[in-house]
Amino acid sequence: MPSDAAAGPVPHLHVVTGKGGVGKTTVAAALAMALTPPGGRTLLVEVEGRQALASLFDTPALPYAERHVATAPGGGEVFALAVDAEAALLDYLAMFYKLGSAGKALRKVGAIDFATTIAPGLRDILLTGKVKEAATRTDHGRRVYDAVVLDAPPTGRVSRFLNVTVEASKLAKVGPIRTHSDGVAKLLHSPATAVHVVTRLEEMPVQETADALAELAALKLPVGDVIVNSVNPPLLAGVRVTKAGLKRDLAAVGLPSDQRTVAALAAEAADHQQRLAVEDRLRGELSELGRPMVELPLFTDGMDLSNLYEMAALLREHLDGEAR
Amino acid sequence: MTRSKVLDTDALIGDPQTRVVVCCGSGGVGKTTTAASLALRAAERFGRRTVVLTIDPARRLAQSLGLAELDNAPRRVEKVVDGSLDAMMLDMKRTFDEVVLAHTTREQADEIFANPFYQAMSGTFAGTQEYMAMEKLAQLRARDEWDLIVVDTPPSRSALDFLDAPARLARFLDGRMMRLLTSSSRGGHSVFSLMTSSMSFFTRTINKVIGGRLLSDIGTFAASLDSTFGGFRTRAEATFKALQNPQTAFLVVAAPEPDAIREAVYFTRRLTEERMPLAGLVLNRSHSVAATGLSAERAMGAVEALEDSGDDTPTADVLRVHSRLVSQVATETRIAARFTAACPDVPQARVPAFAADVHDLEDLRAVAEALAGSGSAPP
Repeated sequence: MPSDAAAGPVPHLHVVTGKGGVGKTTVAAALAMALTPPGGRTLLVEVEGRQALASLFDTPALPYAERHVATAPGGGEVFALAVDAEAALLDYLAMFYKLGSAGKALRKVGAIDFATTIAPGLRDILLTGKVKEAATRTDHGRRVYDAVVLDAPPTGRVSRFLNVTVEASKLAKVGPIRTHSDGVAKLLHSPATAVHVVTRLEEMPVQETADALAELAALKLPVGDVIVNSVNPPLLAGVRVTKAGLKRDLAAVGLPSDQRTVAALAAEAADHQQRLAVEDRLRGELSELGRPMVELPLFTDGMDLSNLYEMAALLREHLDGEAR
Repeated sequence: MTRSKVLDTDALIGDPQTRVVVCCGSGGVGKTTTAASLALRAAERFGRRTVVLTIDPARRLAQSLGLAELDNAPRRVEKVVDGSLDAMMLDMKRTFDEVVLAHTTREQADEIFANPFYQAMSGTFAGTQEYMAMEKLAQLRARDEWDLIVVDTPPSRSALDFLDAPARLARFLDGRMMRLLTSSSRGGHSVFSLMTSSMSFFTRTINKVIGGRLLSDIGTFAASLDSTFGGFRTRAEATFKALQNPQTAFLVVAAPEPDAIREAVYFTRRLTEERMPLAGLVLNRSHSVAATGLSAERAMGAVEALEDSGDDTPTADVLRVHSRLVSQVATETRIAARFTAACPDVPQARVPAFAADVHDLEDLRAVAEALAGSGSAPP
């Protein structure tokens, strides 16, 4: 059931970041599904203009409007929104200054270009402002969305993106931009928000996860969980594989057991074991960061809707475990 | 399925006519590693005087190049055999400062540096990093000390920013809005008294939204830039033209993942439209099957038989690992085929997935070797 409009202790704005290429968008989508209660609705937001959500859900490019993209396991609904800085600015002007038709005039003199792509921090304020609006929107005193999941910029830029007040206050000492960004920052720094970091058990993503967690903590942004994506199953962990044993077993089940096949399979097994050893070491480094961790498997058949549901189920299990 | 053409990176970096190689692609695909390994190979195998410009290298990669400090100038990489390799990390703010200093007097420069808008912009201005990477490339070219310059591109939110941002920045600095802001800080007249009614509506709005103090900071900044730089746009256009030069080669870097391939296709199209010299696609992190004769289905069938026999043997898990690998390679091939279908004429080189990251020059040589090897014989 949708909860009261007043922010409870449980986060309802989930910010998902991670190094490029770790599957941040996929995890954000699965998390939105996991957070959708039966009969409820969640909103999945992207801000980078990549239309990655449309591609993931196999729908046409998302307009600047909230669209139904998937049904969660319990029958709840997942909506998606691609926030565009220019549209958000015009939206904002219309809302606060009744400047309905001013957009064209502003664009003509380059003001839109200026506001959305050039003024430092302004673009991010507009994008996070829209996220805040959706996260706090109410209907008859109840929140419209049970949860809002933001597919945020990657780890390298996320702190700056979320730390809008500092950016804004450096430049705009007073005025509506200041007021607006203060409001956004208040939500982002409150327990109603959780910033999750997605990683893989690879060196660079793990390093960036540690860096991002430290940066977020230094800025007093509420850090959530570490979500480890694309984990290999622990097959053959600590097991000695011999070519003689392989040859014997292969012959016994009627598979080719020539020298080439045996050597090739042994090499694949050794590669996998080496990978597991690296993963184990990195898992240890991650657990030292002291955040709740959840692991999601590597789907060797690629990402489709059924795998997305499986990821959502694993995340749901993890969230339930945290709530207990 | 269409068979892709093969990209011979050795032919590219060994050709004395190739003077600049630009590596671009979305984040997390191993772009910087590709740039660094190509540069190392150009130096060691072809004896070329090479410099690699990296934007935001991972700590270990930076260390492997001996780049402990970020001082915005090329440093010689030790222990490179034969040719020479210099490496540098781009310091966006310092490059911007250098540009200002090069075009103005010390006093005027100090005035610009002290401006709060400049301070914010030189660090965070959307597009500054892209523009400064191009500026640095232009500086390195002008020094004429190297046979080959290899450039890594910024981890933009979208790879296309790399092409768009300099023009956008120039358009803004040269544009009507900038002139408007400039006029507001010049002379005794208030900006409002000079404006027509529609213009004053515009400034009122801007003033209302961003605040008067910020507007005047921007105005002062615009005026000082205007008087010292002259056409920023001319500069951006010159850089853009330099990239179209046939001595430049673009490499699109990707990994066999849906997002990375989608960006690579989009980027390839843009490069083609802009008539940029595209050399090919480098597909990093490609897995391959060693036991090629054994299908996943047959392997899994045997797993069942082995388990029925009740023997405690690792062979069942070896076959599971094999079957997963076959499935993963099939998925990667399917995803990579989207690129081949969309851009059939673009040559490709595949680099295998390595279990660990690059830690030293030796690792970098191994990456370069794999990259070169993938070009000499079709996979």
